[in-house]
Amino acid sequence: MVTFLNIVITGLLLGGLYAVIAMGLSLQYGVARVLNIAHGEFIMLGGLTTWTLYTVFGINPLVSLAVCGPATFVLGFVIHRTLYKRLSSSAASPAIFESSSMLASFGLLFIIQNLASIAWGPEIRGYSYLAVPVNLAGAVFGANRLVTLGFAIAIGVAFYLFVARTRLGKAIRAAAQDPAAAGLMGVNINTVLALCFGFGAAMAGCAGMLISLWLPVHAVMGFPYTVIAIIVVVLGGLGSIPGSFIGGFVLGLIGSIVAYIDPGLSLVAYYLIFVLLLLVRPTGIMGK
Amino acid sequence: MTKVWVPGLLLIILVLLAALPLRSTEYTVVLVATILMFIILTVSWVIFSGSTGYLSLAPAAFFGVGIYTSAVLGMDLPLPVVVCIGGLASSCLALVVGAVTLRLRGIYFAIFTFGLVELIKNFVLWWEIQRTGTRGRFVVLVDNSTIYYVMLAILVVTLLTAYFIRRSRYGLALQSIGEDEHAAAHAGINVTALKIATFAISAIFMGAAGAIYAMQLTYIDPFISFNLNYSFLPVLMAIFGGMGQLYGPILGAAVFAYLREVLITEFPYHYMLILGIVLLIAILFLPNGLVGLIQRARRRAFGGQHANT
Repeated sequence: MVTFLNIVITGLLLGGLYAVIAMGLSLQYGVARVLNIAHGEFIMLGGLTTWTLYTVFGINPLVSLAVCGPATFVLGFVIHRTLYKRLSSSAASPAIFESSSMLASFGLLFIIQNLASIAWGPEIRGYSYLAVPVNLAGAVFGANRLVTLGFAIAIGVAFYLFVARTRLGKAIRAAAQDPAAAGLMGVNINTVLALCFGFGAAMAGCAGMLISLWLPVHAVMGFPYTVIAIIVVVLGGLGSIPGSFIGGFVLGLIGSIVAYIDPGLSLVAYYLIFVLLLLVRPTGIMGK
Repeated sequence: MTKVWVPGLLLIILVLLAALPLRSTEYTVVLVATILMFIILTVSWVIFSGSTGYLSLAPAAFFGVGIYTSAVLGMDLPLPVVVCIGGLASSCLALVVGAVTLRLRGIYFAIFTFGLVELIKNFVLWWEIQRTGTRGRFVVLVDNSTIYYVMLAILVVTLLTAYFIRRSRYGLALQSIGEDEHAAAHAGINVTALKIATFAISAIFMGAAGAIYAMQLTYIDPFISFNLNYSFLPVLMAIFGGMGQLYGPILGAAVFAYLREVLITEFPYHYMLILGIVLLIAILFLPNGLVGLIQRARRRAFGGQHANT
């Protein structure tokens, strides 16, 4: 019974993290139509910034959220304004924009990763924060991992309320449905798309801070997280933000069950689910 | 006029390439062999993706299957047989993958093929650790000029195939799939069979190139063999060169692969940065690649007298 509980809680803890990562990518793909392969690099930036703030300046990692979030947001916003806006105005069709923006994001990946290796070096970094054991009905977990889950849920819910209840959220939903019509209704489409890209990047930055609480961070850590984000986004339905939130927890649970059976197989299982899902139901859990 | 000098020029280039190992250093032979390999990957990628518009990120899977064929069979069988088996094994994989996935469209096909590479990589890794207890394998040793000549031979076959496909009815049918698949189907083209066949043909060359490239590497593991760079670089090289003409991808691959080798050796710490910037510039400012640049320059040089032809 305790083992079962252990697997479920591990899955949920992992799933919360996956959900935040995937919601950011989902926003970038679902609204701004950019399948951002450099997503993991924003996670890496968030993680390494938190590490620097904590070890060099002694700033509490949870407080550094106030730095990582806005900084990655501005970076994402500016990148969309300079790079993707140009690409979308010169692309002949949405399909061409999707492939050219994906390739451009590879360029970004190379650039950000290389700059980060120059700035932080190749070392694997980590720090110890809130590493106190917490007993959950017999299963023991570090407090920092529970903090991750709490933050993941808080970010997810806050973001959902923002999109569902505010005026800007309505503009974002309109832009996701039909950018041209939204533009005709008075939505400043370029700003909304850039904001979405920025919010996606900010979520990645926050996820980076959460990851740094209990996992090592380094300059080339980003890509595996991008891959996980893509799997979750496909699982939840491309472009569906609630789908990504649920999908994150589903993948986390699957991951912890498979890891219990054979840890070497967990990545194989992720890709197998991904490939089978694309074949059987490419629209995902929440897709239409 | 062009009809006469193009084959002549190609023949001269071929003779020069064939004579290269006789007079140059070992380093140059390895460098040029690597460039030839990237041209093979890029041109065979263009055979399928360039005309149909399906963005395939599977080259690393086909290339890696070739590498593993060579690692498993290289010690026991003669070299040409190993290379052929490498090509055929990749082609079989492409047939299966193509049969189940080519109904996926647009970005779904791209991310599927991307996931496929990672799936195979992680599965092979798990399998190797379970079965052999080690991660990597050693590949049979072959001298560099043999590798070079095999690579050159594969390249010649790849280019001839690409050329004849492009010139045939079959190439025209592929082109029409790229423009409008529904219209192509209504015009009587067996869209599915054509796509699968082309996908499998393009995989042969990738697998064969992988099989011979493995011998240059001498040691391989799943991370080296199924490296996603072998999927992305051909795409980037094709875009960099421009896909409007057959010489575009060749030129793009040659320039980009050479640039990459030089950057890796000269600026090992900044090479990805420079590559990323070149890539962004190519996507932003060279929508038709180097070919577009050449055509624009030519038009400017010859003035307006050809404007209406």
